[in-house]
Amino acid sequence: MWDWNYALDILPELLRGLQMTVWVTLCAFVVALIVGLLLAFAARSRFKPLSLITKGIIEFIRNTPLLVQVFFLYYSLPLLIGVSIPAFYAGVIGLGLHYSTYLSEVYRSGIEAVPKGQWEAATALNYTKAQTWRSIILPQAVPPIIPVLGNYLIVMFKETPILCAITLVEMMMTAKNIVSQSFRAFEPYTLVGVLFLIISYIASLLVQRLEKRMNLQRGQ
Amino acid sequence: MNTVIIDQQEALPSRSEGEPSTKTQPIVRYKGITKSFGELQVLKGIDLEIQTGEKVAVIGPSGSGKTTMGRMLMTLEEPTEGTIEVDGELLWHMQNKEKLVRADEKHLHRMRCNVGMVFQHFNLFPHMNVLRNVAEAPRKVLGLSKEEAEERAVSMLGKVGLADKLKMYPANLSGGQKQRVAIARALVMRPKVMVFDEVTSALDPELVGEVLAVIREIAEEGEMAMLLITHEMDFAKEIADRVIFSADGRIVEQGTPEEIFDHPKSERLRSFLQRFRSGGN
Repeated sequence: MWDWNYALDILPELLRGLQMTVWVTLCAFVVALIVGLLLAFAARSRFKPLSLITKGIIEFIRNTPLLVQVFFLYYSLPLLIGVSIPAFYAGVIGLGLHYSTYLSEVYRSGIEAVPKGQWEAATALNYTKAQTWRSIILPQAVPPIIPVLGNYLIVMFKETPILCAITLVEMMMTAKNIVSQSFRAFEPYTLVGVLFLIISYIASLLVQRLEKRMNLQRGQ
Repeated sequence: MNTVIIDQQEALPSRSEGEPSTKTQPIVRYKGITKSFGELQVLKGIDLEIQTGEKVAVIGPSGSGKTTMGRMLMTLEEPTEGTIEVDGELLWHMQNKEKLVRADEKHLHRMRCNVGMVFQHFNLFPHMNVLRNVAEAPRKVLGLSKEEAEERAVSMLGKVGLADKLKMYPANLSGGQKQRVAIARALVMRPKVMVFDEVTSALDPELVGEVLAVIREIAEEGEMAMLLITHEMDFAKEIADRVIFSADGRIVEQGTPEEIFDHPKSERLRSFLQRFRSGGN
């Protein structure tokens, strides 16, 4: 049933697809990191309308499926704005925005874990709000949440096959194309699963190590 | 009746306005300050002046609102009613088209450079070493160069006896050392008035002495006014020019250390000192 020659034959093509998968994941993660932080700031704003609207947007994005969101970005939005969005960008924005709402929650927990006294000390030294965030709060809020952010990176990586629905030629799409030509599904899809497994497992080991190191540092 | 009372109140400031010519203007002036947290009124009308360079100790039972008084001066707590002046300018209010309005962040930022504060729980920045804890604000807030800021920080840390701990992190310091770093961090900004909020209350008894010694030394230098909120009666007696006894959100009695500790007038203060002495020994 399993044909090694065929498997080795298609492996290079799948690895090229994997490159795209990794690349789109990393780009989307950067979007999620930045937008997530902005959402966390906006949700904390003392200007009530801003924080309410932000919380509304977060709920809206979280409670609609990612697949629907990327469909909207790729197929519907271009009709509205009259500019077509390449599949890669639609994927990066869709995946990034979706997970930014989860990361904003992670940031929030990190920010709230910084003791109130740190804010007060910054005020007593006459730091501006921006300086307080940059030098006092974020340097303390972010390190403890790095392992959680790492886990979200892995989750996002595993969500990328959704993007083959908008014709992005990542690893899953590559496998589908191979299957549609050769009519042999077993090897391509199995290999895709194995490759996902290997990368995710290695990444999760790295996150674990990071977590241990951070705990050691904090235990000091 | 009412008009008479208002007349008297208006007459008072005009009399004290004549004073600055002979005497220096107070660096801090609380006028009719109240503070409520929801239903609870913790300050019920505080009037207090602190002269330039004066060391004022505030004693009183916990919950008497004395910490709130200090926090208001550091702009960490906004008064419900009343005004605070620092160096002749309103702290929490500003003039806007002849109307007194709530101060904005810009005004507070400008006013804050006159005031410094040392906290009960130190509030050092755990992600910075001792040197950076002290040098960061002069650099970022006062705009000094890195060299200038560090030079100032090192000399201030020398003064509090920690010149050999520059590269240490707060987590590796004792409570007394932490508080001395915190004092250096506040002093390096050269405020005109400094709030010490129960700075020895979180320390092990054997570490209290080293912190008090540092404060004593600063007090002797003179220039800077101090508002010392404290439970250390002996210390208050030793370094304060004036002692305030506050209870239930009011200033009950004030005077020289001798007047307060040796000849208390009010029953409230007498019983407080008695309880304190029997509890302390």
